Amino acid sequence: MTATAERPAAAAPSAADDLSDRLRRASEYFAIPLLALVVSALLFSAFLLALGRSPVEFFDLMWRGGFGSAFSWQNTLQRAAPLVLTALCVAIPARIGLVIIGGEGALVLGGFAAAVIAVPLLGVAPAPVLLAIMALAAMAMGALWIGLAGALRHSRGVNETISSLLLTYIAIAVMYFFVEGALRDPRSLNKPATVPIGAENMLGTIPGTDIHWGLATGAAAAVLLQVLMSRTTFGFAARITGGNPRAARAQGLPVGTLTIACAMIAGACAGLAGFFEVATVHGSANGSLVAGYGFTGILVSFLARHTPLAVIPVAVLFGGIAAAGGLVQRRMGLPDATVLLLQGFIFVVLLASETLYGRLAWFRGGDRA
Amino acid sequence: MTDNLISRRTLLQGTAAAGALAATGPLGGLNAQAPLTVGILYVGPRDDFGYSQAHAVGAAELKKVPGVKVVEEENVPETIAVQRSMESMINLDGAKLIIATSFGYFDPHMLAMAAKYPKVEFRHAVGLWDKDKHPQNAGSYFGYLDQAHYVNGIAAGLVTKSKKIGFVAAKPIPSVLRNINAVLLGARKNAPDATVQVVFTGDWSVPVREAEATNALIGSGCDIVTCHVDSPKVVIETAERRGVMTLGHNASQASLAPKGFITGAEYKWSTIYKGFADNLAKNQKLPNWVRGGYDLDFVQNTAYGAAATDGARRAADAAIAEIKKGAPIFAGTIKDNKGNVVIPATLDNYAPPLEGMNYLVEGVVGSTT
Amino acid sequence: MSAELLTVLFAMIGGAIRVSTPFLFVSLGECLTEKAGRINLGLEGTLVLGAMVAYMTSYETGSPWAGVAAAAAAGFLLGGLHGALCSLPKVNDVAVGIALMTFGTGVAFFFGKPYIQPAAPRLPGIPLADWTGSPALADALKVNPLFFVGIVLAFAMAWAFRNTRVGLVVRTTGDSAPAARAMGISVDGVRLLATAAGGALAGIGGSFLSLYYPGSWNEALSSGQGLMAVALVIFARWDPVRCFVAALLFGAAGAIGPALQSINITQGYYFFNAAPYILTLLIMVSSGRVRHAQHGMPGELSVSK
Repeated sequence: MTATAERPAAAAPSAADDLSDRLRRASEYFAIPLLALVVSALLFSAFLLALGRSPVEFFDLMWRGGFGSAFSWQNTLQRAAPLVLTALCVAIPARIGLVIIGGEGALVLGGFAAAVIAVPLLGVAPAPVLLAIMALAAMAMGALWIGLAGALRHSRGVNETISSLLLTYIAIAVMYFFVEGALRDPRSLNKPATVPIGAENMLGTIPGTDIHWGLATGAAAAVLLQVLMSRTTFGFAARITGGNPRAARAQGLPVGTLTIACAMIAGACAGLAGFFEVATVHGSANGSLVAGYGFTGILVSFLARHTPLAVIPVAVLFGGIAAAGGLVQRRMGLPDATVLLLQGFIFVVLLASETLYGRLAWFRGGDRA
Repeated sequence: MTDNLISRRTLLQGTAAAGALAATGPLGGLNAQAPLTVGILYVGPRDDFGYSQAHAVGAAELKKVPGVKVVEEENVPETIAVQRSMESMINLDGAKLIIATSFGYFDPHMLAMAAKYPKVEFRHAVGLWDKDKHPQNAGSYFGYLDQAHYVNGIAAGLVTKSKKIGFVAAKPIPSVLRNINAVLLGARKNAPDATVQVVFTGDWSVPVREAEATNALIGSGCDIVTCHVDSPKVVIETAERRGVMTLGHNASQASLAPKGFITGAEYKWSTIYKGFADNLAKNQKLPNWVRGGYDLDFVQNTAYGAAATDGARRAADAAIAEIKKGAPIFAGTIKDNKGNVVIPATLDNYAPPLEGMNYLVEGVVGSTT
Repeated sequence: MSAELLTVLFAMIGGAIRVSTPFLFVSLGECLTEKAGRINLGLEGTLVLGAMVAYMTSYETGSPWAGVAAAAAAGFLLGGLHGALCSLPKVNDVAVGIALMTFGTGVAFFFGKPYIQPAAPRLPGIPLADWTGSPALADALKVNPLFFVGIVLAFAMAWAFRNTRVGLVVRTTGDSAPAARAMGISVDGVRLLATAAGGALAGIGGSFLSLYYPGSWNEALSSGQGLMAVALVIFARWDPVRCFVAALLFGAAGAIGPALQSINITQGYYFFNAAPYILTLLIMVSSGRVRHAQHGMPGELSVSK
């Protein structure tokens, strides 16, 4: 993960040239992903044509299902909400050089913790207090879980990619063990779940929409974390460590603390996504928490090049693809895996496009002089 | 899936949307110009040899009704995706009836949508609807598969030599426990010393573990294996290869076990769906609460396979005739396998206490925790 | 020894043999890839694609071995794609792996729909213990030829890494790219071939799933075994023979849950089912060493940096 290293600015002859150069450089970060999206759309069109299906119809349906109307937008944004937070779970550690793929586990256990801590407080704590406690519990649990992967990495040299994945499987087993055992609500007959927090305690939606507060919170978290990672000493130290841990250590940076802190922030984000699943959708912890948001978040973060702010539009794009998937299935008779395949096309092409950064002369305007 | 068909289907869609707007009456009524759109959601693939396939087979009957158009989505997870897909079917396809086939679709997803779209009818495939608590445009329908599993047990009791029947089950939830207990009670009718050995896999679709569970059961001496998982294909095929007899579940698996198949418990959703179609054709409001078993032709046993002896066939046929007349399955005083009395006196096949079954009856080897 | 313990023991031996083969092939493939200095997290997608392609080919041609070959070819292509993408500058191999996992799974599910229902011809099993007259033993020791191919391959790879020029080239490429270049080795070329060959092995692992055990194609077939196999390579410390032992251990661990339940030990089956994951994590923690490259770990590997 060296994507974060910043290029030293080339010596600029004048202020005006400097500005236009900077704009050119900045535009690289928009132009290349857009180009990649167009290329993946073209490749997918070729794929559909080869199957004798109409790409025009396909992309028309994608547009209508994902972005074509107010309803479609709500559909898209609702699906994007958990993805913002789970993508942040990947993006933050990536800055310090950790590849965490265990956001799913932190989400599941975060949601579980939120639902469990609520049970003794039902009817005691008023809804806002209850929700705040639940959110904190979820974040703490998530932070603990991914923090563990960070700590193992630092203290025992255990590879965090693999350990966070293993921790996900273990998290799911832990959740099922309790939800179907000691902490099961006996009334939850055929879908084992914890005691529901009740409609009166559920977190509402953003006024005038069906979109729950998870999206707004996720967006706020993305902005905050963007500031943290790019404008503070902490973020700077984390980036140095991510670029070259040995140099960071030589400079006396607290590499271990930074590593674990980044992992914990990441886990807190995923845990919070679990809280929103419980507080806005399910009302309790149950098997539906294992929905793969954590895994989709990995894709989102990589496509956003681990930039917290960029996570938001990419999550919306993925939400839109998922939202339109059903329509494509119903109208064109294509299998549900079409969405997965399109995601795969986009992901592969976008990653391949990484190689273009810094190699297209136009964006390097000043370098030519 | 030829091009021709697709374009015709697309054409139909246009008229459906226009028709839905003009429709009136409880469900819009039916006429040649305005086909009534029914949206169906499945939790798994439609061709899984199991739960979703059983529904899809029934839905195929619905498609045959003139003036009814069916739109389907498969692999819809029990998350916010359920609500969005329903809403998409309503808003973009003009669906006036939504059929939600998975248990976890009901609360909160279908309830939320039923409240939001009072002019659309919603029906859910498990008996969870309560007229005092839930919206009037929602409802439940269900087939009581334990009746067919009981018949499975009757046949099994007459063909087993080891007197041990293996049961691969997903989770210890009431609907699963009820089927396990029904098999045991059926088997003990003719083989009082028969036992049913249960292995829980912990999830609805884990093929490798299901195969391992089947092997483990055969290893411990079972000469008949049956299951309650989403897709029984792996269990039935594995048992057939090991030369062990099998009982089916959900849909027909007879073709998978030409040598060892005895019979199977099958849903017959087509009866219910055709009933719905009848109501629609006559412009009547759909019933909110439909449930039944053999008495209403909502369940059936798969045509006997090679392993069903003449005696087993006769006994099973007789049992079916009796159940149709209302003969109780949970008859007399019944103890659980820990020795506690769980059913003090005979219960009717539709008695509410059976819905909350959380025990395995005496003779079943296994534990619900 | 009581009869019940014997049941569990047989189930574990049988489970080790039945369940281990896909683990073995994927981990050998990953081992080869990582020895050359790349990590391919996408072998889960390759495994699923291999399973689907094998099943489809076996059904269409009537020959399961043609299915195995087709799965290997599909895996080779997907691995080759990984290798090619990663040889572009600035492209991250871990990310490409995750992308190809999505892509491979997507392709498999998209084209696999029509093959969920039909029954394809399966690979044969070799009955090794029918002469004992014990049905439990006979079943535990009914072994698919791919299992033996995997064992031979594990030892052959271990030998080749140590004693052949090809092995040396792969190891050098993995340990130090500059050193390899100094020897006149095309680093990208070696990695491309190693990743493609690794993909082919993972594809074969997939064919075992769909054509032998559990022996049918559906979308839930793999449940993460390809990902586990990547963990297994670290567990086995980049030694093909230890990959074999680890694969057996994972297979046996997977059989414990159902086997214990079949003798009525039912508490906590979720944890028995999670046993392989817990086991791997514990071993990784106990064998981890701080700031000290693990023995056998290729120096160029991105996870080691």
